[in-house]
Amino acid sequence: MLRDSMNVGAVLIVGGGVTGMQAALDLAESGYYVYLVEKSGAIGGAMAQLDKTFPTNDCSMCILAPKMVECGRHANIEILTLSDVTDISGTAGNFQVSINQRPRYVDPEKCIACGVCTDNCPQLVDSDYDAKTGKRKSIYVKYAQAVPLKYQIDPHSCIRLNKPGKCGICEEVCVANAIRFDDAAKKRKLAVGAIILAPGYEAFDPTAAGVWGYGRLPNVITSLQLERYLSATGPTAGRLLRPSDNKPVRKIAFLQCVGSRDENLCGNGYCSSVCCMYAIKEAVIARQHVPGLSAAIYYMDMRTHGKDFDTYMEKAKTESGVRFIRCRVHGVEPYSRNGDLRLHYINEEGRQVEELFDMVVLSVGLQISTHIRELAEIAGIQLSASSFASTSDFAPVTSSKEGIFACGAFSGPKGIPQCVVEGSAAAAAVAGQLGLRCEETPPLPEYPEERNTSEEEARIGVFICHCGSNISAVVDVADVEEYASGLPGVVHVERNLFSCSQETQDILVDAIRQKQLNRVVIAACTPRTHEPLFRETLKSSGINEYLLEMANIRNHNSWVHDDTSQATLKAKDLVRMAVAKVATAESLRPEAVPITQRGLVIGGGIAGMTAALNLANQGYDVDLVEKSDRLGGNALNLKHTYSGVHVPMQVAKLIDKVSVHDRIQLHIETEVSKAKGFVGNFKSTLKTPGRKNRTIEHGVAIMATGGQIFRPTEYGYKQIRCVVTSIEFERLHELKEKHVKQGKSFVFIQCVGSREKGRMYCSKVCCTHSVQSAIELKREDPGRNVYILYRDMRTYGEREYLFKKAREMGVVFINYELHGKPKVTEVDRQINVDVWDHVLHRPVRIKADMVVLATAIVANAEIDKLAQLYRIPLDENGFYQEAHAKLRPVDFTTEGLFTAGLAQYPKPVDESIAQALAASARATTLLSKKEVYLDGIKAVVNEHKCDGCALCVDVCPYHAIELIEIDRDKDDQPVKLVRINSAQCKGCGMCQGTCPVRGVDVAGFTMEQLSHQIKAALEI
Amino acid sequence: MDREPIIIAFCCNWCSYAAADLAGNSRLKYPPNVRIIRVMCSGMVHPELVVESLSQGADGVMIMGCHIGECHYIDGNQKALARSDMITELLEDFGFEEQRFGIFWLSSAEPERFVEAVSDMTERVKKLAQAG
Ligand code: FES
Repeated sequence: MLRDSMNVGAVLIVGGGVTGMQAALDLAESGYYVYLVEKSGAIGGAMAQLDKTFPTNDCSMCILAPKMVECGRHANIEILTLSDVTDISGTAGNFQVSINQRPRYVDPEKCIACGVCTDNCPQLVDSDYDAKTGKRKSIYVKYAQAVPLKYQIDPHSCIRLNKPGKCGICEEVCVANAIRFDDAAKKRKLAVGAIILAPGYEAFDPTAAGVWGYGRLPNVITSLQLERYLSATGPTAGRLLRPSDNKPVRKIAFLQCVGSRDENLCGNGYCSSVCCMYAIKEAVIARQHVPGLSAAIYYMDMRTHGKDFDTYMEKAKTESGVRFIRCRVHGVEPYSRNGDLRLHYINEEGRQVEELFDMVVLSVGLQISTHIRELAEIAGIQLSASSFASTSDFAPVTSSKEGIFACGAFSGPKGIPQCVVEGSAAAAAVAGQLGLRCEETPPLPEYPEERNTSEEEARIGVFICHCGSNISAVVDVADVEEYASGLPGVVHVERNLFSCSQETQDILVDAIRQKQLNRVVIAACTPRTHEPLFRETLKSSGINEYLLEMANIRNHNSWVHDDTSQATLKAKDLVRMAVAKVATAESLRPEAVPITQRGLVIGGGIAGMTAALNLANQGYDVDLVEKSDRLGGNALNLKHTYSGVHVPMQVAKLIDKVSVHDRIQLHIETEVSKAKGFVGNFKSTLKTPGRKNRTIEHGVAIMATGGQIFRPTEYGYKQIRCVVTSIEFERLHELKEKHVKQGKSFVFIQCVGSREKGRMYCSKVCCTHSVQSAIELKREDPGRNVYILYRDMRTYGEREYLFKKAREMGVVFINYELHGKPKVTEVDRQINVDVWDHVLHRPVRIKADMVVLATAIVANAEIDKLAQLYRIPLDENGFYQEAHAKLRPVDFTTEGLFTAGLAQYPKPVDESIAQALAASARATTLLSKKEVYLDGIKAVVNEHKCDGCALCVDVCPYHAIELIEIDRDKDDQPVKLVRINSAQCKGCGMCQGTCPVRGVDVAGFTMEQLSHQIKAALEI
Repeated sequence: MDREPIIIAFCCNWCSYAAADLAGNSRLKYPPNVRIIRVMCSGMVHPELVVESLSQGADGVMIMGCHIGECHYIDGNQKALARSDMITELLEDFGFEEQRFGIFWLSSAEPERFVEAVSDMTERVKKLAQAG
């Protein structure tokens, strides 16, 4: 810990993509001051360019925008755009960083983002944001929801900046006088305690390779370009048209691994990890845009190894009719002059086939740009052979230099959830090192004083969101706008392209102030994701945050109905209902309750230990509960991580640190038997055999309860002697057992128990594990025959190098399909494995000395019990269900509870550790505060109506209601009323649903409000 | 019935409302005649609100909550279930067919179930209209 240093509380984050933003928010919430340095004109990164995200098909911008807005307005985050790091000196705890901030040529203080400059600018250039599928002007804003929403001039194409005295139109038309042609670069020097590098990646450019015709054939595009074509804000407003002739696309092909897994053509030997999933997603979404579209994906292995990914692929096959063809297509040829394209390939039956397509999409990989390599050099950190930041599996976000951390795609290709995890993990790693406690945290952001609206007539403002075209493509929003203006109490109506953008928040604040609005209806998407954002905006406009209602005209309307007239009618109904409800909304005050600054971690595997250690290093007391008699969990069965780290040694170190840390209280052979409470104030009862039960108090809890190995019942397991699971094999190998030692022929069978009915998911670690074992066997004795029977080899990321090495060493890989599983039999002590060989197109029989089954990872049995105790949901495979697959990967919907490790989904060591750190960072955002604000949605007693019948006392699940005597009547009988203990009340409304006299209501959902909604829904 | 039936659906915030959201994300299609009213828990819905909906002209009322055992508030849905007999009796008193009311359980990850429930209910009340 570096507590004495001066700069301890400030952190530099390079890269304003989703990874950097997550790190920034977690640190800022924990009290650190963050400089978020972004090289372009706005934060958002690559995710801002995507149309939809897998596997939930969420609109990318819609889930990202609230995070961007939060970064933009957080008092502890300073965003430096158009900025590059030019020098870093000093050491951990005390870095000096030089920043060069390039000129924007527009004064951000003055720019009101009206866009008149862009409208009038005569200079058109390719738009990078649109991946060159469209054009932008020389003066432009990066995208409509940009944070900060400030225009900028591109000095390379601007006429005036290149020819002094010419053009200058923008300056003439700018009403705000914001244009500064004489703007110059600024130098900044920052003093920080730690540095996080999250500069992202660049997409592989297939032009140079030539073979795919990219750059030559206009209808060959990259996946990123398709993303823009599919996007409502893209060049074709979401219509899928062929670039060559604007003809609607009817047939589309995706070529996988362009710029990945290929050292000859592109020099990138690794797997980019995300392309399989995004190709499936794009195919599915494209089909939604063009009904009847025929889509085919040409691939080597489908790598859908993440949570819910395999189900997504199955659905794409069965429901969307996407074709999957296993082969490598070596070239794309023009077929005719009209732009059609021809693919040649050898199909799975071994026949030469040719097929024609309207459009071919290259699924381009991720790589590290020269710019980022320079940054690494300035920072003085090491890169891997493929130029990703070097980190170690047990310290997945720590760079080679102390005090500098690396995360996101910079340290290896990965998808959004893992980037978010690593962003949080880097925040935890920084905090673990700097150890800032809450006593030192700066005060929370101030809001303007709240206007008292209780005496005012309702003045309702209705804001209708287009959501790009997600809503406006189906709903006639102008009609809804006109309709809304006639509703009772409505004094202001307007439409916004994106209601959640930073710009709209400013518009909202202005409208509320100027029109003296005291109620707001946002007709947009779901309150489950966006209500917090708009509440915040109400607060900053000076009215109570609960005077808000959302009408969900997207998820419940434009996305589920096709017919414009019906959807428009329904939208009007939904708006009317929201207006009716909000009219009687009252100001509510969230209650502040103190936080118990202590954490509980359940599970003593590597995830649990890492989380506990990080919290303890930050200065928080932690209870670590482990049900078995020793720490270590599943890692005790592992020998090496994929990159070769010796697991037993690292685990031993971790156990040592955890055991001696004076802030960690260990509870071995202990289980949680009871739990109650709420965020900041949990009470859990611990049960240890032979000891008295004890109850501990904690503010947060991290569920790291691990997973277990699936026990197979096929392939002769437990019947044939030398058929073993991979973990058993590892042990036998280690012990130099004679069958292993003398064995000459080994067969690994993959996906045993994974990716089939009942467990339609990939266990993620088994491919790499088998490849590692195979390499080991070959290394010991190159004369051995080693076979791996697989469905798809999923050695994602830099694990691909192991796969390559295994092939070079002569390991034989044979693909099988689910309907043709291998057969294992034993005749006269000889094991035979029969499998269909897809390359030779005939059955083969392998004589094996040993068969190793790569078995699935399943959730622990106890997970059900814990889920019950803490009211946390499980997914369909029995793993913990996180709050949001993309953006809240370690949070639960219940505040104050987090998850990490195998209990959430199968994953390798490095990912478990990153998740554990992330969980710790998320927990710290709470622990670092002295109090939490509980939601104002709570039961309130109407003392005029309550007759003290006490029916509600019995139904309250939290014992939050008590019956009290308030008076004596004339017969000296007690007069009773119920009273709510609001800290205990969670606002479920059981009392409201029970009360015979309408004597108790949940604020925000009162009987009156619900009645109004019913009435409004039915008044037609 | 020449007009489309109207159904009021009380959805709990944690599972059924989330499932309806996910139905949107997954672009599932269902009849446009359901009006969702968000409540915190299925156990929050007072029987009077069901009667009120029908008397005001709704053709059907649904209460949708989390699966039994998975209510965000321990057992709110069981309380809702226990109350549903009372609701059916109440409806009888007011002269409404009991089929006009339905209670459904679904998890936040089951948008298909949401669509199924809504479609079933629509069919149900359409049949009633034909019969009556
Ligand atoms: S919260 Fe869904 S039923 Fe109680």
